Amino acid sequence: MEFWFSEEQTPNVRFSIRVDRQLYSGKSEFQRIDVFESPEFGRFLTLDGYMMLTEKDEFIYHEMIVHVPMAVHPRVRDVLVIGAGDGGVIRELVRYPEIEHIDMVEIDPLVVEVCKKYLPKTACCLDDPRLSIHYADGLKFVRSPQERYDLIIVDSTDPFGPGEGLFTREFYGNCYKALRADGIMVNQHESPFYAEDAVACQRAHKRIVESFPISKVYQAHIPTYPSGHWLFGFASKKYHPLRDLDDTRWNLRGLHCKYYTTTLHKGAFYIPAYVEELLKDVE
Amino acid sequence: MNPLDQTRAPIYEALEQFRKMRVVPFDVPGHKRGRGNPELTKLLGETCVGMDVNSMKPLDNLCHPVSVIREAEELAAGAFGAAHAFLMVGGTTSAVQSMVLSVVKRGEKIILPRNVHRSVMGALVLCGAVPVYVNPECDERLGIPLGMKVSEVERAIRANPDAKAVLVNNPTYYGICSDLKSIVDLAHKNGMVCLADEAHGTHFYFHENLPVSAMAAGADLAAVSMHKSGGSLTQSSLLLAGPNISGGHVRQIINLTQTTSGSYLLLSSLDIARRNLALRGREEFQRVIQMAQYARQEINDIGGYYAFSKELVNGDSVYDFDVTKLSVNTLDIGLAGIEVYDLLRDEYDIQIEFGDLGNILAYLSIGDRPREIERLVGALSEVRRRFGKKGAALMKQEYIEPQVAASPQRAFYAPHRSLPLEETEGMVCSEFVMCYPPGIPILTPGERVTREIIDYIQYAKAKGCSMTGPEDPDITRLNVLQAWKEEPHGILV
Repeated sequence: MEFWFSEEQTPNVRFSIRVDRQLYSGKSEFQRIDVFESPEFGRFLTLDGYMMLTEKDEFIYHEMIVHVPMAVHPRVRDVLVIGAGDGGVIRELVRYPEIEHIDMVEIDPLVVEVCKKYLPKTACCLDDPRLSIHYADGLKFVRSPQERYDLIIVDSTDPFGPGEGLFTREFYGNCYKALRADGIMVNQHESPFYAEDAVACQRAHKRIVESFPISKVYQAHIPTYPSGHWLFGFASKKYHPLRDLDDTRWNLRGLHCKYYTTTLHKGAFYIPAYVEELLKDVE
Repeated sequence: MNPLDQTRAPIYEALEQFRKMRVVPFDVPGHKRGRGNPELTKLLGETCVGMDVNSMKPLDNLCHPVSVIREAEELAAGAFGAAHAFLMVGGTTSAVQSMVLSVVKRGEKIILPRNVHRSVMGALVLCGAVPVYVNPECDERLGIPLGMKVSEVERAIRANPDAKAVLVNNPTYYGICSDLKSIVDLAHKNGMVCLADEAHGTHFYFHENLPVSAMAAGADLAAVSMHKSGGSLTQSSLLLAGPNISGGHVRQIINLTQTTSGSYLLLSSLDIARRNLALRGREEFQRVIQMAQYARQEINDIGGYYAFSKELVNGDSVYDFDVTKLSVNTLDIGLAGIEVYDLLRDEYDIQIEFGDLGNILAYLSIGDRPREIERLVGALSEVRRRFGKKGAALMKQEYIEPQVAASPQRAFYAPHRSLPLEETEGMVCSEFVMCYPPGIPILTPGERVTREIIDYIQYAKAKGCSMTGPEDPDITRLNVLQAWKEEPHGILV
């Protein structure tokens, strides 16, 4: 007997992982949630059949979405995290003692519950006393705060489905408003490779460029995401992701990472020519 | 078939049955189940083009329904509490026009509010009836036309006892309702029929907390836009008739202008939408009401915007308010409604129903979800933050009392000449000028052009409202009647 999970990364491309067993399957008000166990990638979480994370490669995504802004901003006290029900972003954030408070806004309580039960490697720190979890629509939550956060991390799903509102102009504008005068917003920025993803990537970039004075894109290699080539957006009111990188300060913290280094930080902003072009088209 | 069995959808069922029979088509339409137009089939899908078929025995005939269309009409009549229902495929425009043409003819008077839809004016051009306008009250703060006061209708009836009909918007585009029940009674007491334009009121039939529907109020005919809040395809509509109207006569009138090739896509969409509303309408509209109320509260919390609702109700010119309508006044953020309308589309990819000088209207329906509401509210808060101004003095929309000099038909067909707009003051206009949306006439054929009207046209143009109607699309010129002699004895018919 063979048991495989397959995701259609495009209508013509399929990505499959051999599965040992399915640990969970359920449907919330917002989406279908599944957790599988696999020989190659360990446990993995899918939402509506789309890969969210695997135990084997989640560190890449979570380290890159957290440590890049943390190595640039000199003093992050208040953080807003949108999405991130799996807890991976929180796990990386709580490594910084100077962070005083984290608001995490996840639309789907069931995702958090399922992750706490089946994905302890990422959901390990969801009980941190500095963390407040709000089960709410991210777009709605970010509408009211003004200049309250130093860092906003948008750990969204794809721009089709419940996460759609997190790729909009109004959302990025509201994030701008919710950030302090030197605030940074980092978002998962889709992949530039397959045509449909590239359009989403371009649209997101266009809207961020329109909303923030500084808007750069950086990359990482994430094997289980479509094409493996994934982008993040770094949008900021004041700090430049390279010129304001304080590598000495970050390295003195002695945080051990499996993917992120301050050297890689610099390299990550050097993106392929076709991606540069794709983004320039909408700048 | 039991006419009360609302789980049935006879047209849809007949189409399904027909598809299974795999009949070889040697009739129209010529695309023959899409095979003759593969690109169209790819776009619309095989199911869709396969359903685009001609009238035939098993599928009935819209011009003279005897089987499945007739059954669908009976079910619709049952669902809406009407004596007769007619499935319409030429939009609610054709429903409104058939309704008017059914009750008035050349030279006869019809009492109507000025803020009627252009389709009513079109009907008057077609039939030669003479409009008697009732001034809808205007809300000064919002700059919107309200409903007709019962006393104003009474005054019009007393001044025109020979009028044949009274037409009521139920509700207006903005969701405002007149006291329909009292107006119906008043009309009937004076031997007149009462018509309701329910282009924006389909849902009134399916929820007890919404304003009274035309059929429940005893109106004689109602044009109901199923494709607006009812969920059927664009261009499909319903005409409803009460017990005092001859169904056969209405059918004859409809057949004067309705296509003989009624689309089965439209007909089946009416059938399925009716079934859905009859079975699940109440819960669906309960959800819509809750979303609209939530959105109103959130929008009012942003500050500057005024999303209005039942607090406008004053027992007369605003007898009731349709709470599913999300109308928002934008003047206090220093932007015209039309500017907010454009910003929402251009900056935020949000298309709303309309913007006028002072307001926007977002149309909520059974297809909406909370997440889209959040986008709208989020975008409105951003529009205020990024583009809001302070203390911008904006001209408000004002009701300009029309001066009717000739019947619309007479003026429409009379010899005319084209003059620069500035030189038309005092002349009699021979064409329509609409500020669209919301499609309320500024001038209709047969009305005198005044200074006030010229100023208003120029202002609305400058504000970016789309002005439609005249032959000259830029409205720098206007057609006026050529040889105009004052008619001392009133209106030229």
